[in-house]
Amino acid sequence: MLEIKNLHASIDEKEILRGINLKVKPGEIHAIMGPNGSGKSTLASVLTGNEKFKVLEGEVFFNGKDLLELPPEDRAREGVFLSFQYPIEIPGVSMVNFMRTALNEHRKYRGEEPLSASAFLKLLREKKKLVEIDSKLTNRSVNEGFSGGEKKKNEIFQMAMLEPKLAILDETDSGLDIDALRIVANGVNKLKRADNAVIMITHYQRLLDYIVPDFVHVLYQGRIVKSAGKELALELEEKGYDWIKKELEE
Amino acid sequence: MSITKRVEEIEKQYIELYDQNIVQLADKSTLEVNSHRDKSFKNFQKLGIPSDRDEDYKYTNIQPFLRGTFEFNFVHQNIEAQLDDVFKCEVSELESYSVFIINGWYSEKNQIAGNLPDGVYFGSLAEAFKKHPKLIDKYYGRASKIERDGFTALNGMFAQDGVFIYIPKNVVLDRPLQIVNILTGDSDNVVFQRNLVVMEENSQAKILVCDHTLTPSKFVVNSVTEVFAAESVVLDHYTLQNQHNLTTQVAGVFVEQKSSSTVMTNNLTLHAGISRNNIYYKLDGEHCESYLYGLYVTDKNQHVDNFSFIDHAKPNCTSTELFKGVLDDRATGAFTGRVLVRKDSQNTNAYQSNNNILLNDLARISTRPQLEIYADDVKCSHGATVGQLDDEAMFYLRSRGISEEESRVLLMYAFAYEVIDKITVEPLKEQIRDLVEKRFRGEFDKCDFCVVCAEADSKMLNCF
Ligand SMILES: Nc1ncnc2c1ncn2[C@@H]1O[C@H](COP(=O)(O)OP(=O)(O)OP(=O)(O)O)[C@@H](O)[C@H]1O
Ligand SMILES: [Mg+2]
Repeated sequence: MLEIKNLHASIDEKEILRGINLKVKPGEIHAIMGPNGSGKSTLASVLTGNEKFKVLEGEVFFNGKDLLELPPEDRAREGVFLSFQYPIEIPGVSMVNFMRTALNEHRKYRGEEPLSASAFLKLLREKKKLVEIDSKLTNRSVNEGFSGGEKKKNEIFQMAMLEPKLAILDETDSGLDIDALRIVANGVNKLKRADNAVIMITHYQRLLDYIVPDFVHVLYQGRIVKSAGKELALELEEKGYDWIKKELEE
Repeated sequence: MSITKRVEEIEKQYIELYDQNIVQLADKSTLEVNSHRDKSFKNFQKLGIPSDRDEDYKYTNIQPFLRGTFEFNFVHQNIEAQLDDVFKCEVSELESYSVFIINGWYSEKNQIAGNLPDGVYFGSLAEAFKKHPKLIDKYYGRASKIERDGFTALNGMFAQDGVFIYIPKNVVLDRPLQIVNILTGDSDNVVFQRNLVVMEENSQAKILVCDHTLTPSKFVVNSVTEVFAAESVVLDHYTLQNQHNLTTQVAGVFVEQKSSSTVMTNNLTLHAGISRNNIYYKLDGEHCESYLYGLYVTDKNQHVDNFSFIDHAKPNCTSTELFKGVLDDRATGAFTGRVLVRKDSQNTNAYQSNNNILLNDLARISTRPQLEIYADDVKCSHGATVGQLDDEAMFYLRSRGISEEESRVLLMYAFAYEVIDKITVEPLKEQIRDLVEKRFRGEFDKCDFCVVCAEADSKMLNCF
């Protein structure tokens, strides 16, 4: 589904990603961990087409398409979704209008008719239930005045609406209280199918207790320096990153 | 009978026009109005036509747009014959009382649907000179600033007609009053229009002014509206400007508020050539609230200049000012927010902001607050921003599959919405919302009609 080959990217002349290689197949769940500043969010931004970052080298294929060639909106329409680490507020753009516009653009891309108002509202209700998000929130402007946790929930709500093939969740667990974490994780699990995949960026094991990864990768200084099964996360939780850094120095 | 005149040395030729036509100009006016005419003339001889050398007009030199060969009409013209479709607008949706003004003249074909409450006058100013001379003489010319502004003086000299609105004490109008200003004709035209709004104690009204052009001729419009709001009056005054690029308009609104009155003006400029709004408020009583809102959306070579002057003449008043602009291409704009707080006007609140988005490197905006404060107990704030669309917000929207173009529209609209949201007439708000969105999509047409009709057919006019 996703194939990243030797990806290098920079911001302000500073090289952040320094040769990333990663393969994700349908049905898989990948966790990416790594110290602060190692480039996890940068990887997510580059995959989704944030023009702030410059790709220096490498290739990314998504279901056979050259992802790096596509503008952000087409990547989304192809089925790539990013749950932002820091979702921004957009006063004046209503959640409802935002979601209807997004959904209909996806449909247009697939050659489908726009959803009728009633069908849209029905879908909205269903998905709201899935992530137990309050109508008070969806009636507001995008993320405006949302708490940190509410913003994260709202990201997963949008994911539920758009049903991506590949969801990249950038620290979706941070800022969530214990109940919200469970709700959000349940939501992600319910959306999980044999033909879609998830990349979870996280610092903590607790999310992985709910959403069990098939692979865990450690990103360090712009490279994936270690990949293993879910047990790696437990080991990191216990020992931190020092031993990996040491391993690398040897 | 119309006069065609080549205008090169502007002041000289306007003075000639005045001298040659004074009999005609004075013909239907009251003595008081004609004495104002005379005073205006004297002031004009001193002030002349403002240029960008005048501080108040620093960012807008209108002089070049006044030169050319123009037609002047000092006698009521009957050109309504070709405009039958204009009058088909049955306004039941908005349920407003509507009148049409054609090239500054109150149309004889106007028939106001529905019954206005007793004692309310909503009709021709020239007619009111005859019917209500006492009211006219009490108010006419008392708020406008002929001694300060050359264009206002010019209007005082030449204006003969327009709309007079009188709302008696305690009357609350059930529907908005809609004034549709239409510019039309095959030749280039200079138009003077004068409106007078007198609201007695405790009355309430909403006024909606729509400015339109129907033919591709050049128009120079000079209009003055005086508003007198007595104690506890509540008034909303909306102006929606939708004129083609060859239009030059200087529109003055002069508001005088008595105590505990609330007046809002909202200037929505969707399409214009050169547009200058002079918005003057005098808060001449305690506990007044004044709201000055504006939105300007411009592109090509358009220019919009909003000049506001709020005179806090009495204590305990609050003025709130918000102007927002979106400028594309080579469009230019200006905003001046002048606030005068007089010595004894304690406990004054004056808030002002002007926010702009420039969509293009060549677009320009000049913005200046001018605070003149002589009282000590005053809360004043002012802020101006000039920026682009937020990249992060753009990426967020696009990352959800929304195209770049659509994301821009959403964000521009979100930016403008704060001003649109101040509109209290729901059907008008919806109409404006749609028009602004169309404008941002580049689908807006100068022929789109702002008037809210029952069969909201926005292209119902024969517009060329
Ligand atoms: N806009 C930017 N301008 C300059 N440097 C940036 C910018 N964005 C990211 N960086 C730098 O790139 C590096 C990687 O940042 P990134 O956000 O990808 O880290 P991360 O692994 O997601 O960290 P965290 O776990 O703290 O979220 C950091 O050194 C960061 O300072
Ligand atoms: Mg990060």
